[in-house]
Amino acid sequence: MVRIAAHPMLDPSLEGGMLWAPLIIVILKVLVVFVVGLVATMLMVWFERKVIAGMQNRIGPNKAGPFGLLQTLADGIKLFFKEDLLPRRSDRFVFALAPFLSFVPAFLSFAIIPLGGDFRDGNDGIVTWFGVQTRIQLADPHIGVLFALAISSIAVYGIMLAGWSSGSKYPLLGSVRASAQMVSYEAALGLSLACVILASGTLSTSGIVAAQATLTDWNVIATGVVPFVIFLIAATAELNRPPFDLVEAEQELVGGFNTEYSSIRFALFYLAEFMNTVTMSAMIVTLFFGGPQPVSFRGVTLDIPFVPNALEGTVWLLAKVLVFLYIYVWFRATLPRLRYDQLMDLGWKVLIPGSLAWFMLLAAQRLARNEGWNVFVTTAAAVMALGVCYVLLQAAFTVSNDTREREGVQF
Amino acid sequence: MGYLGGFLVTFRQHGRKNRVTTQYSGGRLFKRKKRNAKSMDEKIYKPERLHGRHVLNRYEDGMEKCIGCELCAAVCPAKCIHVRGADNDPDNPTSPGERFGWIYEINYLRCIHCDLCVEACPTEAITETKLFEFSFTNRKDAIYTKNELLVGDDGKPRHLPWEDWRPGEDQHTSAWMRATAAAGDASFVGVVSWAGERGYGVRPAEATQAQADASEAASPEAEAEAEVKH
Repeated sequence: MVRIAAHPMLDPSLEGGMLWAPLIIVILKVLVVFVVGLVATMLMVWFERKVIAGMQNRIGPNKAGPFGLLQTLADGIKLFFKEDLLPRRSDRFVFALAPFLSFVPAFLSFAIIPLGGDFRDGNDGIVTWFGVQTRIQLADPHIGVLFALAISSIAVYGIMLAGWSSGSKYPLLGSVRASAQMVSYEAALGLSLACVILASGTLSTSGIVAAQATLTDWNVIATGVVPFVIFLIAATAELNRPPFDLVEAEQELVGGFNTEYSSIRFALFYLAEFMNTVTMSAMIVTLFFGGPQPVSFRGVTLDIPFVPNALEGTVWLLAKVLVFLYIYVWFRATLPRLRYDQLMDLGWKVLIPGSLAWFMLLAAQRLARNEGWNVFVTTAAAVMALGVCYVLLQAAFTVSNDTREREGVQF
Repeated sequence: MGYLGGFLVTFRQHGRKNRVTTQYSGGRLFKRKKRNAKSMDEKIYKPERLHGRHVLNRYEDGMEKCIGCELCAAVCPAKCIHVRGADNDPDNPTSPGERFGWIYEINYLRCIHCDLCVEACPTEAITETKLFEFSFTNRKDAIYTKNELLVGDDGKPRHLPWEDWRPGEDQHTSAWMRATAAAGDASFVGVVSWAGERGYGVRPAEATQAQADASEAASPEAEAEAEVKH
């Protein structure tokens, strides 16, 4: 376990006196992150359509540009020139605001992802540009992970307000579903994240990456695979991607929260959705798979020759993120949409108790190690306590089901 | 594996080389006579009764078959046909009989190619081709008027710039496309039940069900050949 000391304040122009080099670096980073984000989204749309076409025995976009790469651009241009409709019964201001509320957080959470840097051999990933020490990461707040959680909660407002301000019933239903779903799964998301924070001992994303030096230190293994699985499922729900895309269930809700949207406002929602997918994949990689860390096991590190270590981190990150993007598309191609009560059952009865129990288990082990108790005995005691909790929980479910049946509720 | 088995199915599918859907450039490669047009842009075999875009036929003497009765417009479930009849000029008739189709419009943004208009037509004036490879870029082009639908003096349909016609395809236009033809109704087996038309004269009757089954069993290539002979 690597303990990360509080790192020195980087990019000091944001703190005290005015310095030109850090300022330029920050502006440059903002630009790069924004452009990379947009291009990544464009490529993600293409990637998703191409992969899902392959899985469904089709060809997918293949006309615009080589391999259909420019199809997203063509779609975007088309959307720009479409008529921007404003429903008469809508709340104009909120209706116009909602797409930005969903679009801006998508980019904001990308700001805290370490996009590269040399983290191996105890290096802390700091690079020197123009004689200034900085990270290949737009911002590295001490509360990095909490920031990500906060931003992903704010993204709900975009969807909720969009449905509410449309002045139409199906978007409203979609937004009600969205807010309920997001609130339910955010808890599981946060609790599985707590395991990672427990293992890494820091909230800063660069610190979490630095703590995952070797393969066995990767949080997916260090926390036992359960938090990762819970995080992946909760993140899929948080992204409103299939099989959790009840928010835009076409068969039930026309188009969901964005039914009344057209033109560039619709494009912003679309962009935000795919941007969020990319960001969430990067988040998973950062938290559980070492981010820009190379694969390193028992002192043997897979090294890409002729590439400087700092750049190599970017290559590793890209490769890992691609794997998760593929997994998200794979989910979409494979799994049918959940029913609403199944969604709620999974969230409240499985994921939240599961992640809470696992967190307690890890905490007990950590406590035992810190206090010098016998780890096995402590773990066994914790498991027994959790078993009692499980039985109590099941009893509660049974009682509540019986009550419901007695009262004649159907679900 | 139950629930998770589906992941394997989709994953295997992704690796597959032979796709059901094939590449098609909308006829652009074919028009430019590119070298790989053969493999990239060849149309695949079409079933005998495929419903494509319509044509309005004419009799062998050049008269229009349409009598403006509006039955096609009445039966159309998509309400995409607009017909208005008018009285023939006695000295210079457009169609044999009293009336002719003065306005005839089909909106291809709405047409579902169900072929009910063909069924309804009492004079076999409207029939379908096998052509469905057409995409217009504005709504005006989507509405085919008599000008676009009526066959030319050689009995062949008009080639519009956004349609991808290949040599020989304009042969696959008319009466034998009807669903009520011989193989559908035993009492019409081998009986020619349609009037002669410009450019083609009287067409041979459709193959019987037995012949159709035999060619179905054979390879698609043989079937395609049989069709060319038709």
